[in-house]
Amino acid sequence: MNGESILIRGARILGGPQGDMLLRDGVIAALGGDVDGTGARAIDADGLVALPGLVDLHTHLREPGREDAETVASGTRAAAAGGFTAVHAMANTDPVADTAGVVEQVWRLGREAGHADVRPVGAVTVGLAGERLAELGAMADSAARVRVFSDDGICVSDAVLMRRALEYVKAFDGVIAQHAQEPRLTEGAQMNESELSGRLGLRGWPSVAEEAIIARDVLLAAHVGSRLHICHLSTRGSVEIVRLAKQRGLPVTAEVTPHHLLLTEDLVSTYDARYKVNPPLRSADDVAAVREGLADGTIDIVATDHAPHPVEDKECEWDAAAFGMLGLDTALSVVQHTMVDTGLLDWSGVADRMSFAPARIGRCDSDDAAQGRPLAVGEPANVVLIDPAASRTVDARTSASLSRNSPYDGMKLPGGVVATFLRGRPTVEDGALTWI
Amino acid sequence: MIRHLLSAADLSHEEATLILDTADEMARLTEGRAVKKLPTLRGRTVVNLFFEDSTRTRTSFELAAKRLSADVINFSAKGSSVSKGESLKDTALTLAAMGADGVVVRHSASGAAYRLATSGWISANVLNAGDGTHEHPTQALLDAFTLRRHLGDLRDRDVVIVGDVLHGRVARSNVLLLATLGARVTLVAPPTLLPLGVENWPCEVTYDLDAALPGADAVMMLRVQRERMNAAFFPSAREYSRRYGLDARRFSSLPEDAIVLHPGPMNRGMEISADVADNERSVIVEQVTNGVYVRMAVLYLMLAGSGTGSAGGEDAA
Repeated sequence: MNGESILIRGARILGGPQGDMLLRDGVIAALGGDVDGTGARAIDADGLVALPGLVDLHTHLREPGREDAETVASGTRAAAAGGFTAVHAMANTDPVADTAGVVEQVWRLGREAGHADVRPVGAVTVGLAGERLAELGAMADSAARVRVFSDDGICVSDAVLMRRALEYVKAFDGVIAQHAQEPRLTEGAQMNESELSGRLGLRGWPSVAEEAIIARDVLLAAHVGSRLHICHLSTRGSVEIVRLAKQRGLPVTAEVTPHHLLLTEDLVSTYDARYKVNPPLRSADDVAAVREGLADGTIDIVATDHAPHPVEDKECEWDAAAFGMLGLDTALSVVQHTMVDTGLLDWSGVADRMSFAPARIGRCDSDDAAQGRPLAVGEPANVVLIDPAASRTVDARTSASLSRNSPYDGMKLPGGVVATFLRGRPTVEDGALTWI
Repeated sequence: MIRHLLSAADLSHEEATLILDTADEMARLTEGRAVKKLPTLRGRTVVNLFFEDSTRTRTSFELAAKRLSADVINFSAKGSSVSKGESLKDTALTLAAMGADGVVVRHSASGAAYRLATSGWISANVLNAGDGTHEHPTQALLDAFTLRRHLGDLRDRDVVIVGDVLHGRVARSNVLLLATLGARVTLVAPPTLLPLGVENWPCEVTYDLDAALPGADAVMMLRVQRERMNAAFFPSAREYSRRYGLDARRFSSLPEDAIVLHPGPMNRGMEISADVADNERSVIVEQVTNGVYVRMAVLYLMLAGSGTGSAGGEDAA
């Protein structure tokens, strides 16, 4: 397949006017109304929308350590199926990605699999223990070129450690991605603290535990002049704090997950642990607030927090179940459903929130494997073709992920990924992975 | 008649009344008799599945099922999947394979009974005997039964419930059931032991026990674990007792015919003083007796009509 030229005919570029796109030698060789595609294989894209390959800033690939839940290969296949050409692999593996050795291993596994670029995230602290800084510089200088550091799953709650981390990564233009969760306020927490948690007898995870950390970190970032990224923001209060920070011109970015754009805590009343996630599903008012925040740019990006778990970790009592849900292969459909079909965001907005901005935050928009680049001549041919008119009933059993913990299983969602191209090579075609 | 009993909220006024009336009948048929056994559930198998130790509740259910002539199996699952023992699913599959007709489940995780009933792992009737900090519906039924015996119809009767509502499954179930039965419930607790949103529950809420007592027809004191003070829910056992304990002075401010309940086990000297606990208007021991009648009633209504047991049913599926 290498070296094949592909002519995409009649796609709506970023949802705008129709045009042809010639993918050759890994780049977009020609673009416009009258492209000469001699020798190229033509793909009819009439009615489809072309977006830059999606970039996920927040993915759990589980390898090394939990290959029963996901591997780099299976996770990146799910990513390709969802239209992603790059994913940032979170550090909470076993062993933790807190050394150059582990991040390079994950990066290499991604290269060997070849379904999507894997950009490892480095742990902020050794073993995610929150005690001392991991060798952030060594990970930055490694072949994996780590720029995003996160203890995701655990909050860097120590204010001094957080301050030092924010300062330290300035030396190599890194960013700290904070999992904002005040630990003492959330001991044993199981779901959003609300009237419903009181009724269900499940320990509450109060909004203030997220907002207090975000407020503190915004002030810390301002104080030391560092970049801060907020993972999976989930409450109205968090949106308001980030909005205020941006009004002050602070270098703060934030992400929201597809599930926090669509699902609410009401689902927990089934005690079905597929809906157990951290931060927890919130209220309808919080959902409205994160949608508004994503629309007006307060929230910069959508990130999946794709979190595979084996069946036994979900088929059990709520308290015993693992936190997290699948997200890669449904993200675009959820965003279409919640943002595009509601008129809150157009397709170029989707390209920004799911490709350009995450690549910029992750600093993977400028090197030799650049992602999140504009659809323009000479740019890398990372392209996704989507059919906004399609719809499907999600069947978790058909996911390319090794796990089945999709909260959308059985739900009807709009849109579908028809094709994904990674530097000109199709990873998905006709809605199916090109090789399994 | 009743498929599962998972939450007191599942019961309509009619269903709750039917259970209480049936419990009356169970009492009439066994109270004071030398032979206390009824043949109603002969051939049916009831499993007491206890993931959490509770000798009182298990014994009460065991006695209730045995008085109805059911075969009773006590399955105490020492480790639940919470503590990495056998999973709830595997336990359920095991019980299903053994042919359990009814499963009485006690678990430290909220929603465990609901999960068991709705998961498809087992087709038996599921009876929630206490799940985490969620509910304990038969406790609420036995409390309502006891109240009804002393107060008659519970409509517009004032019931004051005092103690740890946040971690208390008894309080949740009682509020729901008593509201269904038309009683006026007032919860009294320090603000730290009330859940978020309690103001929307079908009851009144106050922090002032002294103000609540003079109008009460009944006071229900809940067990408060001393360990809670380590998590800063209150400063000390002494202070809790001073502000929220039922002692002789407070007892004297109750109307003359008001009764005192406690689900047990009591912390004498903490939430209730010894002289109040032993007072003749304290019905705490009677609650234990009534627990058996109520559980007989629920097991009967669940299992007698639904299968091939000797009581026979219209529906033999």
